[in-house]
Amino acid sequence: MDNAINIKLRIWRQAGPKEKGGFVTYELQDIPTDTSFLETLDILNEQLVEKGEEPIAFDHDCREGICGMCSLYINGHPHGPATGATTCQLYMRRFHDGETITVEPWRSAAFPVIKDLMVDRNAFDKIQQAGGYVSFATGGAQDANAIPISKVAADEAMDSASCIGCGACVAACKNGSAMLFVSAKVSQFALLPQGKVEAKRRVKAMLAKMDELGFGNCTNTGACAAECPKNIKLSNIARLNREFIGAKCSD
Amino acid sequence: MEENKINTPAQPVIDSKIPEGPVAEKWTNYKAHQKLVNPANKRRLDIIVVGTGLAGASAAATLGEMGFNVLNFCIQDSPRRAHSIAAQGGINAAKNYQNDGDSVYRLFYDTVKGGDYRAREANVYRLAEVSNNIIDQCVAQGVPFAREYGGLLANRSFGGAQVSRTFYAKGQTGQQLLLGAYSSLNRQIQMGKVKSYNRYEMHDIVMIDGRARGIIAKNLVTGKLERFAAHAVVIATGGYGNTYFLSTNAMACNCSAAMAAYRQGAYFANPAYVQIHPTCIPRHGDKQSKLTLMSESLRNDGRIWVPKDIEDAKKLQAGEIKGSDIPEENRDYYLERRYPAFGNLVPRDVASRAAKERCDKGYGVNNTGQAVFLDFSEAINRLGIDVVRQRYGNLFDMYEEITDVNPGELANEINGEKYYNPMMIYPAIHYTMGGIWVDYELQTSVKGLFAIGECNFSDHGANRLGASALMQGLADGYFVLPYTIQNYLSDQITVPHFTTDTPEFDEAEKRVQANLDHLMSIKGNRSVDSIHKELGNIMWDYVGMGRTKQSLETALEKIKELRKEFETNLFVPGDQDGMNIELDKAFRLRDFITMGELIAYDALNREESCGGHFREEHQTEEGEAKRDDENFFYVSCWKYNGDDEKAPTLIKEPLHYEAIKVQTRNYKN
Amino acid sequence: MWLTNSSVGRKVVMSVTGLFLILFLTFHALMNLVGIINLKWYDAVCEFLGANWYAVLGTLILAAGFALHIIFAFWLTWQNRKARGNDAYSVTKRPKTVEWASQNMLVLGLIVLCFLVLHLFQFWAKMQVPELMGKTVLAGSHYLGAVFSHIWVVPVYLIGFCAIWFHITHGFWSAFQTLGTTNDKWIERFKCIGWWWATIVMLMFAAEVIYFAWYFDAFKF
Repeated sequence: MDNAINIKLRIWRQAGPKEKGGFVTYELQDIPTDTSFLETLDILNEQLVEKGEEPIAFDHDCREGICGMCSLYINGHPHGPATGATTCQLYMRRFHDGETITVEPWRSAAFPVIKDLMVDRNAFDKIQQAGGYVSFATGGAQDANAIPISKVAADEAMDSASCIGCGACVAACKNGSAMLFVSAKVSQFALLPQGKVEAKRRVKAMLAKMDELGFGNCTNTGACAAECPKNIKLSNIARLNREFIGAKCSD
Repeated sequence: MEENKINTPAQPVIDSKIPEGPVAEKWTNYKAHQKLVNPANKRRLDIIVVGTGLAGASAAATLGEMGFNVLNFCIQDSPRRAHSIAAQGGINAAKNYQNDGDSVYRLFYDTVKGGDYRAREANVYRLAEVSNNIIDQCVAQGVPFAREYGGLLANRSFGGAQVSRTFYAKGQTGQQLLLGAYSSLNRQIQMGKVKSYNRYEMHDIVMIDGRARGIIAKNLVTGKLERFAAHAVVIATGGYGNTYFLSTNAMACNCSAAMAAYRQGAYFANPAYVQIHPTCIPRHGDKQSKLTLMSESLRNDGRIWVPKDIEDAKKLQAGEIKGSDIPEENRDYYLERRYPAFGNLVPRDVASRAAKERCDKGYGVNNTGQAVFLDFSEAINRLGIDVVRQRYGNLFDMYEEITDVNPGELANEINGEKYYNPMMIYPAIHYTMGGIWVDYELQTSVKGLFAIGECNFSDHGANRLGASALMQGLADGYFVLPYTIQNYLSDQITVPHFTTDTPEFDEAEKRVQANLDHLMSIKGNRSVDSIHKELGNIMWDYVGMGRTKQSLETALEKIKELRKEFETNLFVPGDQDGMNIELDKAFRLRDFITMGELIAYDALNREESCGGHFREEHQTEEGEAKRDDENFFYVSCWKYNGDDEKAPTLIKEPLHYEAIKVQTRNYKN
Repeated sequence: MWLTNSSVGRKVVMSVTGLFLILFLTFHALMNLVGIINLKWYDAVCEFLGANWYAVLGTLILAAGFALHIIFAFWLTWQNRKARGNDAYSVTKRPKTVEWASQNMLVLGLIVLCFLVLHLFQFWAKMQVPELMGKTVLAGSHYLGAVFSHIWVVPVYLIGFCAIWFHITHGFWSAFQTLGTTNDKWIERFKCIGWWWATIVMLMFAAEVIYFAWYFDAFKF
């Protein structure tokens, strides 16, 4: 391999939710630059297992940037230094020979660490369960073309719906706020006629759940949108605010 | 090779429970005469659904809406992460919104033909029939499908069809459909009808009096085994593509639930039908963990080629020249040459095999010799870079991020002709058509055990068309299983809620625990992944795109040796207390080994070429697949014989075609 | 009450009071301009804003605005710290699009608060307060001279204005974002308007301070 680098990985290790964690530095030799970052962790894990040690636990699944399972706070950025990409879409050519790469788990009170770099994002499911749906049962639908929806609204709803629920917004936010995540779902439904029927109930329920679960207050720093691997826009948060204030004022 | 001899005893009768009547009326007839469970009784019945992909989530949600108590399990940290989410292209439906002559029959016909006439007619017709309901359902859920300026739904065309019937949401259709099902599921969780268990993995099925009555699942966080009981068990755990180690499947995709069903007596049907997707990014070394799929839509404007001259190929392999150094006249656009009518748009299996054929002859274009070019020079020269970037810009960027080559970049000019960097692609395992055998009601050969989605075998025959996987998953989950399961449950209403405190549960848990203890106790020298990689290499080399009697026999032998290696030389670090990712992987690998064997057995038995299964002995002079309808017009159902080491028994379910005339697939003219 | 028990509600309080304070600052800067044009007129304005019922009412409303804004700021920050958890990141980097001010609003606010206390002590405590207590006070320009004849006042005030400038450049558009009045286009527009607004108002203040310091001979040694 002519394009290979030696790196140091400074990784957060924590045996369990209640254990005390700390950084451990590992050295890796001859990592080809066309290796993905997660493959590099795979290589490291393989070496750890060969030495009889426990591998590093980290979340990952599709490795195509869509499932939202991968997390990792790499060198000060959720999902690493690349923009508009998840950790699994990060390749080693982004790093240089001899570099020390610091890898941390998402840090937020609402996302407790399970083990090493793995955190519990169940809070996101709970927010969705509070109202992230159209109350409608299978079988009762009218013809799909019965309600025309403007292309502009449909496209915008699609952009909002692209959220993969990875939690990078919470990880990036100095306030640990989940507003970008909640606003993406609220926006998707607020933009479509199917979602408008119960829009008020939805926004109040989802926001209340978000607050209840201990996420912080949004102070509009915009770090969430800047670090979002799917480029979910800040204007979604404005829409959420608008919907919420409107719903409360009409109570 | 005595021990590999396939057992074919006197045939037990397979009852696929296909309803009476002409194919177009079967589903209506079935629904009119099936037994139902009244609302008050639904509350008394518990159903376990394992998996939260399109099939699992939609089934769990719909069963919950109907009033059943559902227990829903997923291996990831949230139901929304199931691998259905990664489907890109779209979902087929016979809406005929484009007025191009589409109909339920046409969708049915295309699917059967695309599946190389190895699917069950009645199931496919039902699939085509409910396809329209799926679109209605998803729109009502708020799925943001692409629309025209007039506000109506947009469609695109896809391989293997002459009409535009594919609905899509950007390149993220699977994601949007799954999030739709997930939202319905969330509503039921909120209402208390569905109980959701995340980071749980099913380890075994519990049988009581010959019926599936529960599961043993492992809490992946605490490492503890837990028991769950229900009146019926539904598995929706996807395909077995990761048997090949490298595939486009997600890392956690596994076949352990299917193997548990198989070991409990559920037949495994058509395991040899594995789909290989032609447009994946080639492997780059032995340290890779996963292959990346590039959208099939690239074949609309990209041209696939290798050098005409073997010397050029050698230089490419040595890295002495680049693709853009080879002028037009020295390029072999082999798909256009072999299939003038369909050209670069031939179905997936055909395109994949053609690439392998060229590479096997030594024309591969990268250092491994296993890659072909996908070139946009002609499209860019014709349409301009802006138009091409508009269509494929995000894919070009993704390709550049992974390989450091930008396919839209001007690389060379020869005799006034502009050449752009070509992409490199190679086929990879993508989808598995085979799966747990189910009857028309989606019930396996084990009473009370159902299989839906990619996990079952029923609808795609020997090859799946693009945009049909999403359709099948949602059809099973929203519209088929919630009906057919009632036919089974109607006489279960007097059975009270189960306790897990029975000898059967004790025994099942003991069995699972013993297996885990065994894996921990081997304490050999090899990591799980190193053995899995070896299995993957065996599978790819001997049970891959081109199979022969000899290669399959070699595979069976090698897998046996590998099992021995696994059983004696595996090393799992850590302990069973808390999370142990290596132990979880080891548990899955044990099943992949058995699965690999099963694929090889089936491929060895099926002495014909059809769809995703290509036996090199059975091809035409031009190298096309040659089916043998006289001898192999059946579904191969494999029955477990009580021990992984023993060869399974083959049972045949003959196919009966009433509505469609069986023909040779032709994509040449 | 949703204004206190929901995160968006609390932010609405911050944004409404914040916008109110921006308006106040704008009027304050305009009022000071009068002093540059003619100190007599300035004295008249000061007299007008003395111990009258409308001036007192205005002061009370203003004080309430400040108090709410400050109390909520501490409350929100406390909650946000809690939401962040106990473990801090070892390495953090600010993305390019994130304003420095947006992540340091509390610190900036504290600087502004110190400046406010000083400013109240220098003027309000000597003008409106004694008047309310029934004492006679001198003309406004007298106090202006008393303060701005000291050279140290100039840099201290300029630092205060800088902090307010940073605070407003983020606070302005952030308030409109919280009130839900923005979209993709208007976020950028509000950012632009906010930047100019803050810059113009703060330049006015700065010019006024420098002018008064020059007028009252602070620069002579």
